Amino acid sequence: MNSNALREVHAPFDFTAVRRQFPILSREIRGKPLAYLDNGASAQRPLAVIEAVDAYERRHHANIHRGVHTLSQEATGLFERARDRLAAFIGARSRNEIIFVRGTTEGINLVAQSWARPLLHPGDEVLITHLEHHANIVPWQMVCEQTGATLVVAPMDEHGEVHAEAVEALMTPRTRLFACAHVSNALGTVLPVRRLMASARERGIVTLLDGAQAVPHLSVDVQSLGCDFYAFSGHKMFGPTGIGVLYGREALLERMPPWQGGGDMILTVSFEKTTYNALPHKFEAGTPNISGAVGLGAAVDFFASLDLPAAHAHEEALLAHAHRVLGDIPQLRVIGTAAHKVSLVSFIVTGVHPHDLGTILDADGIAIRTGHHCAMPVMEYFRVPATARASFAFYNTFEEIDRLAASVRHARQLFV
Amino acid sequence: MELADLYRDVILDHNRQPRNFGTLVPADASARGFNPLCGDRLDLSLRIADDRITDIRFDGQGCAISTASASLMTEAVKGRSRADALALFARVHRLLTDDDAAPDESLGKLAALSGVREYPARVKCASLCWHTLVAALKSGEPLAVSTE
Repeated sequence: MNSNALREVHAPFDFTAVRRQFPILSREIRGKPLAYLDNGASAQRPLAVIEAVDAYERRHHANIHRGVHTLSQEATGLFERARDRLAAFIGARSRNEIIFVRGTTEGINLVAQSWARPLLHPGDEVLITHLEHHANIVPWQMVCEQTGATLVVAPMDEHGEVHAEAVEALMTPRTRLFACAHVSNALGTVLPVRRLMASARERGIVTLLDGAQAVPHLSVDVQSLGCDFYAFSGHKMFGPTGIGVLYGREALLERMPPWQGGGDMILTVSFEKTTYNALPHKFEAGTPNISGAVGLGAAVDFFASLDLPAAHAHEEALLAHAHRVLGDIPQLRVIGTAAHKVSLVSFIVTGVHPHDLGTILDADGIAIRTGHHCAMPVMEYFRVPATARASFAFYNTFEEIDRLAASVRHARQLFV
Repeated sequence: MELADLYRDVILDHNRQPRNFGTLVPADASARGFNPLCGDRLDLSLRIADDRITDIRFDGQGCAISTASASLMTEAVKGRSRADALALFARVHRLLTDDDAAPDESLGKLAALSGVREYPARVKCASLCWHTLVAALKSGEPLAVSTE
């Protein structure tokens, strides 16, 4: 093989240098080097994020948007600059379209309660797919219960793929909203979202994408996706927990009533009449997670410092390697075999329950997720109570995946 | 803490070949246990005569710890009175959760579960069957047992 020719396609990704920016990756677990393969649940933080939060806490903290003193102005500046970075990061037209929330879950609930609840009537339909995370099922069930609307579920196939035709067949004149995952957390499937968004738009259906698993792996641009709402979490994209973003098209956000009442979301308050603040503050009642937003802004900068095409190519190579070495293990079945996946492998091993597997891997220093991944309908579909899920980030290595495979083989020997 | 302390031979054996596996029809008491964190499901059915557990079976799906714990439990409580079985649960609970628990020789094979207390995330796996037993004994009335 001509390595020069390869290099022309993708400069090799220097994951050794990247790993050095993540202090936790040099930890030992039970006497073994940590192999962190649970990035789908929460990714680790680079120094850039840790230090940005630390500097904020040490030097700049005060409440935002009200004080005239220096610290308040510094904190406000840092908080609002983070919003600007996030707007640029996902291609929002305006900073007013970036609402800070606790995470993807809160973003989806905000849309359910503020956009959907006042508009839905009995007979209206909310369309989702079979592979959704509970956070993109339950808020819609709740709003359907509140309004008398009906929840409609588009099917997936045995590979864990959602076919656009099958979804389009369920888009009717009664469909008011279509909400789906950009990437499935339990299976890794990348959904055909561009086509789905276009199909929904042609029919006048408002759209929401759950981007929690997409943002860490794909370059997300809400304009080219064509969605109305896009929700994602900071901690899955190497930022802090407790902070996330709801993107919404400004025209929609303008028409939506506030979700929560309180400070910061008002212009004037009297006992007779309260006037609401402008976007984005209308949806940010109360003192927000300021340090979290600052950390998330730093995570965006960190992404910008990466060679993203090379990082994505490395993740693809990790996925191919994982499919290869896990596929060689007898009695191991990969759950989720879509043609287009992010770097994540869900699997079961006959005779070894995922929870036992998780404990045995932990003894070898390997962190994976085991369970239903908050996607019980997916587990039901594949007739498994739970799976083991190894989810990779650009800082993972081929050697870590080899250790995963060796540890799975060891578990089989123990139990079978 | 070695893995072998958790997955002792007794546990592995009862996982591979669970004792008293199945469903009693009819049953004098039954209950379903469910662990929403991991999806483990356990159905217990009991025959009770003169306030004594004369027979007990379990069915369901779970990890090695939960399967072995259920299997060991059915062996341990068969023949015991209700009160005696509940008292045994209290001793097992100490074994699973109390780091300072003195070795309790009356537990017999159940002592093999002591490794669980080093793995807090797994305590629920071992205790699911016991909580289900308490529910069955306290209800007394037979519930519908689904074998799916």
